[in-house]
Amino acid sequence: MVKPTKVTNSIRALRFANGQMTQAELADRIGVTRQTIIAIEQGRYSPSLEMAFQIARVFKVPLDEVFQYPDSQGEPQ
Amino acid sequence: MAYEEKRAWIMLVVSVCAYAAYLIIIVGRAGPTPLAELSYESTLLWSIGVAIAVQIGLGVIAGLGSPKARKKDQRDREIGRLSEYIGQSFVVIGGVAALLMALAELDYFWIANVIYLTFVLSAALGSVAKIFAYRRGFQSW
Repeated sequence: MVKPTKVTNSIRALRFANGQMTQAELADRIGVTRQTIIAIEQGRYSPSLEMAFQIARVFKVPLDEVFQYPDSQGEPQ
Repeated sequence: MAYEEKRAWIMLVVSVCAYAAYLIIIVGRAGPTPLAELSYESTLLWSIGVAIAVQIGLGVIAGLGSPKARKKDQRDREIGRLSEYIGQSFVVIGGVAALLMALAELDYFWIANVIYLTFVLSAALGSVAKIFAYRRGFQSW
């Protein structure tokens, strides 16, 4: 079983906030396939840092508005 | 379905079917004759040749329609590397097994067949790993 990523993202919400941008349009803008955008949105794939910045740049927002890494209670700092 | 995932399915099904067909032909031919004395060479080569040709043909058909779908991106390359890495283990096992069998002076039949079997296992395991990564998720860390 693949360990799910703790990284969450707001790509779906950002797409809708940006003129109902489709997954295919976003994929074209950053040069990946639509399947990769779907996998990222569903948390099945963690993009590289560079791809994460490219996604944030498309939406013209800081990186942490696109990707979040929530704190876990009881986890050693 | 991603083009690379389709290709993984094609490789898995074709390589397993070709090997199964080879085994059925060889075992059916055996009868009272010991396996090592059978004429297997042409069947083995045909099995490999047909499998390669069918994989190429089906790969081309799977990619028809949208050239954009055939594009490989970072995720495809990372998943491809993972599946190669997993599949390669069986190639090494096959090489070592063939070396030991040659040193033990076993019949060519067994050496050729253990190499073929590990090629098939390598293709099958690599394809399963790739399909699993596409279906269930893949984290690059």
